[in-house]
This record gives sequence, structure tokens and C-alpha cells, in this order.
Amino acid sequence: MEKTILGQNLSFSEDGYMTDFSAWNEDIAKELAREENIELTDKHMEVLKFLRQKHEAGDSLTIRSVGKSGIVDIKGLYQLFPGGPLKISSKLAGISKPTSCV
Amino acid sequence: MLDNNKLKKVSIICAKGKLEDVYASLVMANGAVMEGIEAKLFFTFFGLDAITKKRMKKLHTATVGNPAMRMPGGLPFPTLLGTLPGVEAGVSSMMRKQMDQLDIPPVDEFLEMITAGGGEIYACKLAMDMFKLEKEDLWEDVKAVLTIGEFYEMSGGENSQIIFT
Repeated sequence: MEKTILGQNLSFSEDGYMTDFSAWNEDIAKELAREENIELTDKHMEVLKFLRQKHEAGDSLTIRSVGKSGIVDIKGLYQLFPGGPLKISSKLAGISKPTSCV
Repeated sequence: MLDNNKLKKVSIICAKGKLEDVYASLVMANGAVMEGIEAKLFFTFFGLDAITKKRMKKLHTATVGNPAMRMPGGLPFPTLLGTLPGVEAGVSSMMRKQMDQLDIPPVDEFLEMITAGGGEIYACKLAMDMFKLEKEDLWEDVKAVLTIGEFYEMSGGENSQIIFT
């Protein structure tokens, strides 16, 4: 699936996750967030960058690991990304759909 | 996609106190809140161990009467071995270690994750009376001690499911 965001042609998986890790930037994240009705703050951005870093390192992502990152606790993570702390954040971070059950 | 037909609420009953039974309930409740599904987790009978302060960190997996149990390497686990003192504790601690490697938290932390996401934890009144437990014996964030009638009252609504593990 293709979408044009800020003049860039980007490809997405069927579930709406970006498929090209390197095509991501902060402005694209802000546009994607708008679709989820989230206004990205610096805190959001810190979480997204943490997820990207972990994803690049090949680690599997869990809300527990975000909670232990020192950026935000789990309750705060739910507040930043209501209804999908890991799914929505992964979507906005331009990484693939999380495969973890925790 | 029938987006408006999505699951909205799960009410999960945990009636057993074995490590794996408790974790099945915890994983399902946590998974639900992570998906934006309302989750209520109701502990009864031996499941109460999971929210009893003194016992929640010491749950065991059964080494006797558990035909699925294997030795490391895959050979069947001899039942008589499971009866020896310390074996069950050792096996249980190994299970916990393996879970930790998968980033599956200990019971108390798992409960915190669920409540952080808006999930609610309840205890069964009848089983509490049976085991002579008081509210003070339970983990701090247990929301209430309920009768089964009260449990049903809060488990209703469109696209709600009751799950018994």
C-alpha cells in the first residue's frame, strides 16, 4: 500500500506500518500521528526514537522494555498512545508491527 | 474490516494457582489492555494465590501429575523425580528465569502493568472466606472483593466475553 505524505511516496504494510525503516523522519511521524488523533510532544518523540533504536538493534519490543527505559513509565506510555501503547507507537515510529505478546 | 464489531471487554476468571495457569490469565488480560480492550481479572479459589501478598512471588508449576512436563533436552520428566523435595521449587524457578528472558515480568509487576493500562483486578468473596483471607492479605491494587453476582453485573455489555482459564 502506498501513501503520499509531505510529498514523499511511502509504502506501508496492509496493517498500516511503514515498510521502509530509513524513509522515516520526525515530520512524517507527526503526519502519521495526526491520523491517530495524537499531537506529538517531545516525550512522544523520545519514545519513538527509543523504539527505532531497539528495533534497529534487533531487540523484540515490549511495553515492559519501554517502561524500563527511563523515558516514561507504563502508565505514562498508555497516556501517550491511548488504546495501543505498543502498536500505535510502533506505527508512528516507522517500524514493523510488534510481534511480542507482552 | 468490521471495525465496529471489535471485542470491547474481556472478563477473565483465574481459578487455579499454578504458575502457568496464572500467567495464562495475566498474559490475556495484559494483551487485552494493550489492544485497547477493557479487561477485568477475577481471581478465585487457588487463583487467589496470585494476588495474595505472601504467595504471589512463589507460585509453582506442578512436577507431579503433569504429563506435558519435560526434562531440559526433551525427555519425559519422571513423575517420581517430581516428588523429591526441592525439585518442584527448582523447576519453578527455572520457568521463571526463562520467562524473564522473554521479558515476561514477575506476577506483581505484571499486575502493575495491567492496572497501568486501566485493567482492573478483583478477588472472589466466597473463596476469600473459605481460605480465611482478608483484604489486607491481598496485593494493594486489588480493586474490590466481589460476589459472583457483582462479577456478572460488571461483565455485561456489547461485545463482551467471559473467559475462564
